[in-house]
Amino acid sequence: MNAVVDTDPIVQEEKHPARKTFSYNPNKVAHNLDKLGLGYFSPIARLIGNDEPAKQIREILENTFLPLMAFAVFVAVWWISSFYVVSDSTKIPSPDETWRAWGGMVEFAQAEKLKEVEYYKANEERALSMEQKAADAAAGGDATKAERYTGLAEKFRTKIYQGATTFFDQIWISLITIVVGFSCSTLLGVPIGILCGVSKKINIALNPLIQLFKPVSPLAWFPIVFVFTTWGIEQPPSTSIWQRALWTSAGVVTLCSIWPTLINTAVAVASIDKDFLNVAKVLKMGWFQKIWKIILPSALPLIFTGLRLSIGVGWMVLVASDMMAQNQGLGKFVWDMYQNGDTQSTAQIIIAVFFIGAIGFLLDRIMLVCQRLVTFEEQNI
Amino acid sequence: MKHRLTILLAAAVSVLTTLAHADLLDVEKDILKFGFIKLTDCAPIVIAKEKGFFDDEGLSVELEAQGNWKELLNRVITGDLDGAHMLAGQPIGATVGFGTSAHVLTAYSLDYNGNGITVSNGLWEEMKPGIPKDSDGKVIHPVTADSLKPIAMKAKSEGSKLKMGMVFPVSTHNYEIRYWLAAAGISPGYYFDPATDQRDIAGFLNSDIELSVTPPPQMPQTLEAGTISGYCVGEPWNQQAVFKKIGVPVTTNYDIWKNNPEKVFGVSAEWAEKNPNTWIAVTKALIRAGHWLDASWENRDEAAKILSQPNYVGAPYEVIKNSMTGTFEFEPEVDVRKMEDFNVFFRYNASYPYYSDAVWFLTQMVRWGQLTEQQSDSWYDQVAKKIYRPDIYIKAVAELIDDGEFEEADFSAAYEAQTSGGYKPPNSDFIDGNTYDGTKPNEYIKSFNIGLK
Repeated sequence: MNAVVDTDPIVQEEKHPARKTFSYNPNKVAHNLDKLGLGYFSPIARLIGNDEPAKQIREILENTFLPLMAFAVFVAVWWISSFYVVSDSTKIPSPDETWRAWGGMVEFAQAEKLKEVEYYKANEERALSMEQKAADAAAGGDATKAERYTGLAEKFRTKIYQGATTFFDQIWISLITIVVGFSCSTLLGVPIGILCGVSKKINIALNPLIQLFKPVSPLAWFPIVFVFTTWGIEQPPSTSIWQRALWTSAGVVTLCSIWPTLINTAVAVASIDKDFLNVAKVLKMGWFQKIWKIILPSALPLIFTGLRLSIGVGWMVLVASDMMAQNQGLGKFVWDMYQNGDTQSTAQIIIAVFFIGAIGFLLDRIMLVCQRLVTFEEQNI
Repeated sequence: MKHRLTILLAAAVSVLTTLAHADLLDVEKDILKFGFIKLTDCAPIVIAKEKGFFDDEGLSVELEAQGNWKELLNRVITGDLDGAHMLAGQPIGATVGFGTSAHVLTAYSLDYNGNGITVSNGLWEEMKPGIPKDSDGKVIHPVTADSLKPIAMKAKSEGSKLKMGMVFPVSTHNYEIRYWLAAAGISPGYYFDPATDQRDIAGFLNSDIELSVTPPPQMPQTLEAGTISGYCVGEPWNQQAVFKKIGVPVTTNYDIWKNNPEKVFGVSAEWAEKNPNTWIAVTKALIRAGHWLDASWENRDEAAKILSQPNYVGAPYEVIKNSMTGTFEFEPEVDVRKMEDFNVFFRYNASYPYYSDAVWFLTQMVRWGQLTEQQSDSWYDQVAKKIYRPDIYIKAVAELIDDGEFEEADFSAAYEAQTSGGYKPPNSDFIDGNTYDGTKPNEYIKSFNIGLK
């Protein structure tokens, strides 16, 4: 264990009840389901295999109805509070108002699609009128004018529609932003973490900086990242998805989410079993080979724990950084709706909260599966 | 030939009622992104997009709501945005280097008037006894800050100054609420004190009350939270307070200064240099939109519907409609008044960028110490000419007349302004009756009792 890293490795408790009966098929299926983060279905798999059916049925019922009951209580509390949490300028929308707001959002997205169709229709008309002018000019013997009008007609035909960004576009942009931000934090965090773990000197040098920057809020990083992206990134045309604001937002995500990856990697590398390193010595492995063949594989489980925490932090700060950077993601949606100041807009924010939560949960599940796939003790089952 | 064209057009199924017969300009950039703040006076930009006026010019435009004025200006300067809905003071403030420094231009004035000063219910109850009323017991307009003065002074002597909000240091709102307060002898505070050579970026020096910045959409919430007890803001955020019964508008900026310049369409000088034809084409579309907005109250009603969409202003249609269709509600449900000129987009030559409007903002920047140097009258003229570009406006007008979209008579006021040098004649349509002559800024600055000279 490296003495300089004063933070404990951030390990999450995972329950993997050890299965002793390897030959039993339904158990294997159930276990694999657990591993994939689909633990809910494992009693069903066992039930199919007739493994303690009474116990499985009880488990299925519990897993289904307890959460449903909690959700019902939540909705009831929400519904009641919508009558009481009312001020002059604002109120908590009721669950059914929220449901209607969701309908409005879908309608808006559909209307936007229709507008796109109409736009192309209208531009086709403009193109036709230009062609008419071209024909008129050609008949009048003005070839240059005719050519110009033909060119303009062509331009109208090739125009791209730039409509309002819908909620669904914004989810998409947010996902792209988190992927970019998280990839950067992984590509930076893992190598720096390995260096810190391998070399005590590097660790001593970097540790104060890491401890200093780790607790900084995304809102504080934003203005600094903004300066860098403004300086370093050429603004693409507005139809491109790679807007400067997206890079700024992704940059903030990187700066806030890099720390768990970096620290966990450093600790994992520093605490590798000395026997493994001795093996490397015996085999006369080179430095790079040692890292690739010995250190990285044995550090992987802890690194993935760090990555999973990183993506969680990244998703959490994304909403704030989107707001600041005006990146067209979910944070911008929340901010715009907040500014609209309609009761319906609060309802739409609640919809966004559910989506943010659900996507965050999904991202966490994906990382959990990755994490379990690289954890050794599970692999021989 | 003409006939065939008409038949062709009529036969085609189209969503557009009018198609420009425009001889299109060769635009340098045809995919554009403009920014706006959620306020009803972004209407000309929204209408130009929704009615296809930009498309008629061969421009594909995306509109994006911005978080606050500072960010909007930053993004125009860095080129993230091709242009934006701006406070009239923003291009001027930026160009003379107060706050963010960059050369920003405008060729189109988006609107006149459209702001109001709203106070909390509590403050209104305190003010109301001191306001003159007519025989029906209705408050006589314009309401001055005279009845506010004893309240503000009492609060000051008790050690906690009255707090009010405005939207940006170089915004019309800041200068208007200051004008209104100062006209009643209340010092709104200075950004610079020549006696001690002290500067204060918040503008609190020697003040009787505290004026601070709050983004427009947050005004009602901030008022309800009690952080401020009054504010000056554009629509729909005054009517929103009325609608939610959390405040009472006491006056509008129409009463403070009749037909005062409010927002402009700003672009960076760098952008303008690279895209001269695009700038004219954009101005053409905006002129058509402004004209459309002032053509009928039905159009205004339609505009209120469009603006209430969540991607534009997003406030409820009823709230936006209130001020957009010629009425203004003061005391909730009690005092609704007809105010046809509350928002003006085109009438009174509202979209022409007058130099005298730019100069007025400069005089107020000097008055409150945002600009600290003494300047000659010719400096004001030069700065105004550096920022305001009526020549672009007139080029756009000429194109529109060429296209057959308008008659020359529709723009007689603009041509008259252009030939007479771009300055409005001296007028005294202010709440304190003071006369403003844009050609004599120094004399004007000296005419105020409260203010640096």
